[in-house]
Formats: sequence, C-alpha cells, structure tokens
Amino acid sequence: MPKKKIIAMLLAGGQGSRLGVLTKSMAKPAVPFGGKYRIIDFPLSNCVNSDIDTVGVLTQYEPLALNAYLGSGQPWDLDRMNGGVFVLPPYVSGSEGQWYSGTANAVCQNIPFIDQYDPEYVLILSGDHIYKMDYAAMLAFHERKRAEATIAVLEVPIEEASRFGIMNTDEDGRITEFEEKPKKPRSNKASMGIYIFNWKTLRPYLVNDNDDPQSSHDFGKNIIPNLLRAGADLYAYGFKGYWKDVGTIGSLWEANMDLIGKDPVFKLADKQWRIYSKSPSMPPHYIGSEAKLLDCLISEGCVVYGHAERSVLFTGVHIGKGAVITDSIIMPNAMIGEGAVISKAIIGEGAVIGEGAHIGAGRLPEDGDYDTALTGDITLVANSVTVPAGRRVPVGMIVK
Amino acid sequence: MENAFGLIYTGDASMQLRELTFSRSVAAVPFGGRYRTIDFMLSDLVNTGIYNVGIIAQKNYHSLMDHLESGKEWDLHRKRDGLFVLPPFVTHDNTGVYRGTVDAIRSCMGYVRRSVQKYVILMGSHTIYNTTFNAMLRSHIESGADITIMYNRTPIGDRRDLFDDLRIKFDENGRVCDLALNPAQTDTEFTSCDAFIMEKTTLEYLVEDAYAHAKNDFTNDVLVTNVRNLNIRGWEYSGYVARLNSTDDYYRHNMALLDKTVSKDLFSHEHPIYTKIKDEFPASYVGGGTAVDSFVADGCVIEGRVEHSVLFRGVHIAPGAVVRNSIIMQAADVGEGSSLDCVILDKGVTVGPRRVLSGHETYPVILRKGTHV
Repeated sequence: MPKKKIIAMLLAGGQGSRLGVLTKSMAKPAVPFGGKYRIIDFPLSNCVNSDIDTVGVLTQYEPLALNAYLGSGQPWDLDRMNGGVFVLPPYVSGSEGQWYSGTANAVCQNIPFIDQYDPEYVLILSGDHIYKMDYAAMLAFHERKRAEATIAVLEVPIEEASRFGIMNTDEDGRITEFEEKPKKPRSNKASMGIYIFNWKTLRPYLVNDNDDPQSSHDFGKNIIPNLLRAGADLYAYGFKGYWKDVGTIGSLWEANMDLIGKDPVFKLADKQWRIYSKSPSMPPHYIGSEAKLLDCLISEGCVVYGHAERSVLFTGVHIGKGAVITDSIIMPNAMIGEGAVISKAIIGEGAVIGEGAHIGAGRLPEDGDYDTALTGDITLVANSVTVPAGRRVPVGMIVK
Repeated sequence: MENAFGLIYTGDASMQLRELTFSRSVAAVPFGGRYRTIDFMLSDLVNTGIYNVGIIAQKNYHSLMDHLESGKEWDLHRKRDGLFVLPPFVTHDNTGVYRGTVDAIRSCMGYVRRSVQKYVILMGSHTIYNTTFNAMLRSHIESGADITIMYNRTPIGDRRDLFDDLRIKFDENGRVCDLALNPAQTDTEFTSCDAFIMEKTTLEYLVEDAYAHAKNDFTNDVLVTNVRNLNIRGWEYSGYVARLNSTDDYYRHNMALLDKTVSKDLFSHEHPIYTKIKDEFPASYVGGGTAVDSFVADGCVIEGRVEHSVLFRGVHIAPGAVVRNSIIMQAADVGEGSSLDCVILDKGVTVGPRRVLSGHETYPVILRKGTHV
C-alpha cells in the first residue's frame, strides 16, 4: 500500500454517559448537532479540509448509528481508492481479544491498521468536540519545530484551568510539564485532546504502555507523561477560535445556541471551510402563513406552522399550528403538536410532542423530586418518545 | 431491479422559457428551491430500480454536465451500467447538431444497442412528476402494447400547456386511436406526460425507419403518424404534473409548491428526489428576518421579510428588504430596503439597496443569471 505522510485516528468510542438518554442508542459522535450535522462531521470535515484523506474511526459503544452514518465516507469525500474512512471496532485475534480499555489502548490495538500506511505522522482526534481547525497548519508547526509530538492547546480563563490538562511551556512552545487537572494551574494552556505524533516515536510507547498493568492506557494520563519523562521533544500548538466539548446536556445546548443570530459566537456559514454531512434528501423547508420566526436555524424538510424563537430546528421537524418553541433544540424528524409549548428544551430524534403539551413548564410541588444533575434547567425528551397531549413536563426533567 | 433502461432527451430549448434557458438546457433549469428538472426524471428512474440511464445532450449542456458529475448523487455511479451523458459528436454521417429527436436518438444508438435491458423508458425533460414506473411497466407487458404512454388528465379548456401538448384519444378497448400535437381545439383531457415505454428493439426499428424516410421528430413522425399501425396504450398518472413549457408555467408550478398537497406529492418520503449536495449551512433567520408561506432551502440568510416565495440555496435577503410572490435562485442577493414582487431572480443575481422590481403573476419579471441591478 502506498505510504501516507499522515493519517488520523478518531476516538469515537466514548459512551457519553453525561448526555443521558440522548446517547442511549448511539455513540456520542453520532449525536445530531447544528441543524443538519452530527458531532463527528466536525473532525471528519476538518480532516478533509486539511488534506488528510485517511481516517480510522475507533468505535465500540452502540456503533450501529455511527457505522450506518459513515457508510462509504462519500459525504466527506472519504471514499478513496487509497485511504478513506475506516470504522475500527475492537476485534479478536487468535484466542485474544478485548474491548478498548483506554484511548492509548484503542490506538495500540490498531497498530496493524496504521502500519499498513507506514505514515510519518499520526493525528489523534476525539469525536466529541465542535470546532473548525486546520490540522495542516498544526502539522507544519510540528515539522518546523522538529517535534516528536505536538499537542493542540487552547488558552482558557485561568480560573477554569483546573478542569483541564494544562501544559507548561518554555518561550519556544516546548512543553516542560504536563499537569492533569491541577489545583493551582501555572498556565492556562489547556490540552484539546488533539495530538500529532511521529509514528516511529509513538509506536514503541503504545506497545510498552499496553504491557504495563498499572497504566490506564490513556494519552493524557500515561503516554504524554511518559514521553515527557523520557525527555522527548513535545510542543504546544496554540489554537485560536471556537472549540467546545459537547459532552454534557448544558454544553450541547449552548453550542447549538452559539450558531444562532446575526453575528453568531460560532460562525458555521463559511464557504472556505465547509462542514460536510450526509444529506437526508429532503425538500426545502416550508414556513406557513401564520408562522412567526425570530433568530432561528431551520433545516431542509422542516414544516413550520407555529412560532419559533432562538431555536434550532433539525431536518424534517414539524411544528404544528399555534405551537411556541423558545430557546430549544428540536432534533431530526420530531413532531411538535398544535399549541404545544416548548421552552429551553432538547427534543430527541423522532420524538412526538402531543397537542397542547408543555415541555419545560415551571416546577410545581406536585412534580415531586426528580434528578436534574445532568440537565440543570434544560428539559430533555428522549429519542422516539411520545409525550401525550396536554402533558406538563417540568423544567429539568428527562422524559424517557 | 427492473429490466429497463432510461433514455432522457434534453435537447430542445424552449424559446418560451426565455431567459431561463439562455445559458442552459431545460433539463438544467432550477426548480423547487434546490433541484433541477433533470433530478425528477433521474430520481423517478432510480426509485423504480433502473440503474442504466442515458442522457441525450444537445445544446448548452455545460451546466447539465456540471450538475450531473459522475451521477453519484443519484446512486448512478456504477460499475455495471450507471449514468451515460451522450453529447453530440461529429462523424462522417453525423453533423453534430440534431435535426430532431429521431436524429438525436439515432446518434446514440451505440448506447441503446449496448444496453442489455429489454425495455426502454423514453423521457423528455420538460415534465416533472414524482412516481415510479414499476406499475406502468407491468401494465405495458401485460397489455402487449407496442408503446405505452404515460398520461394525465388536464382540463380541455386549459390551453396553458400549449407547447408540446400531446393529446390522446382512446378507443373502447383502451387502445390509442388518435394523437394530436398542439391541436388548435381538443375534446380530450388525456395529455401525454412525455414518458414512453417500449421494447428496445421497437425503438431501434422505429428510429431507423423514420430516419430512412427523412423524418426527424419522434412525437410527430413516429407516434402521431403511426397511431393506426402501432398498438399504443396509455397508463394514467394521477399525481401532480408540472409541465415547464413557458415562464408562465415555470412560475405557476414553483408557486404551487406552497400548496401542501402539491409539495407532498412532488416530495414524498417514500420516493425522495435526489440532487447535487451543496453542503450549505441550515437557513438562518436573523434579526427581524422572517418568512411566511414560503419554501426556503439551506444556506439562506434571511434578515428581511419573505412572503409567498420560493428561495433556493444560499440566498441572502438583507434587512428591510421585502420579497413577495417571487422565485429567488441560488446565491442571489437582495439588498437592504429593496422590494420585489412577482420576480424571478436567476442564479447569482444581485439587487442593490432600495430597488423596486415588480412584475405580474401572468408575466413575472425575469433577471438573467448574474445580472446586477
């Protein structure tokens, strides 16, 4: 097989348990985002736009939706003669086989896949971030610094720095120290979980780490500290721009809201850096005569008879007459009945909200105790659930 | 999979579509917010299970080629069969310009001969509908007809579809006994939908025979002339049919999409219409931007007001602009405070700030591709 300069390994195995019922039947990277996308469209499109044409997608949790979505890779132009997109689940070899037990272990189990391409560099990505990034620029930086590994970092407010893996660097950007979630951070350069390694450097580290029973087989916890300890040349590549981990209900909601308005926080309408996705082949959306819209994103296939404000309507959503949607995310093919009220909610794929139902209603004493640890003040209706007509669903509740 | 292949004729340029066909064939005319007319023919065939499709191109086929590419969007990018674009070419017995449909089909006989399927579905590119041909093909085989014509009912008094209006009369056995092309007066409501099924060998024979007698037009010289010699039968289609013969039709049928029954009929979930994917961002309504009774495609940014209109992909309506009863094609831009009523803006037209353009529904104002006002 012809040699590749760089290939990408996309870690898509996360269960995404903090997204609650949204990831009940699909891996986190397959969760819908931004009206017509799924989370995995972002790293895949970034790869293609950065001229990386070989991507291994490491998956093990509820892979069906993701496998079906990726297909041949055609929507991302990743149906290639040499290269393309490959779904890489864990497999049994001889009598041995095991689930992926960590990010490093997942890549280690796929050394034969990477070796086929004999790449100079391997780009490690995760499947749960929303951002636009030119990996080619990061690779140019990596080559210029003659680094053995380069870690993309984002400057975060120092008071939040203790939530991240923090890189301490010298003036040249060389990493001198890595601290995982430090109590007293000395820098605000947070790791984005995006790494470029020289393959010949990384390969033995993966093998050695895999043999270490004490290791948790994680890039951040094990591989990076081991490389630092051995005095390897690790550099921090500063990324500027929008980057969001959408691992929680709150952050998923916020990231969708960041797309709305005249000057959105995250500008996706960018002809120079398109985000590709699989098209559901639906006609343009239709807005009815009595509909009212204010600052909305509306995708193809929607039919809107009601009112929508500051909301994202995914493909094929139907909003009945007199329904009022505010500050909400309505995922693909959900049906909102006439006169329903939906306030600050996420409505799952294919859910049906009955006529006059109220999602995100004020909390009353008779609603009793329910857990809002995952949701906060966002009300969540799971995929394919039917909420009966007239039903009141109080703020922060999860309807399964 | 059906034992048939499709042959779509895109050659004739209807002068009555005026500016819309100056730089493109009818098959490439944008329709319905994100499609081109050819998308309907191709999707009908693919949804039937037909994966061998020839497209006869004549003039102005650049934008058609650009749209079709390898055919992958219609699942026609195939090793066995697939999509074949058949442009004219010059040989010692081929002048490069077709004298008519007979001549055009004859010049691509090589493709017809190589096709292994027994039946051919011959289609024009003016007529839009969403159906599958499976039932029609069954009916063709069972009836033992030489040719089966797909038709629908149009009111006898409705003379709007005058161009290429093929009216059909049946005898008591359901056999076609009279065909009339653009009759001055008619007493039949059965009108051809410009789709014909026959055996491949029948097509080969009829085309060679017509050519040998210096006949050029398939409808006139093959069908109309031979109505008594051939067993021609009909298959009725009851769904919505849009015949794009004039700008008047074009306007009327696009606007008809705002009627729920029409849009449901043309865009059924069962039989999606496929088109070239543009990877646009969802439509964004910002500031006071709003729309009522309108069809809006992805990539639009709406800051003004849109009423009773069809917006294609990537249209921008600036703040204060009002667009009514109009069709705005891909990447057109309507400037601040402008007002449009009964206007068709072709691709990439830009209208400066505070312009007022107004036509009438019987004669919409058309601005050619790339015009700047």
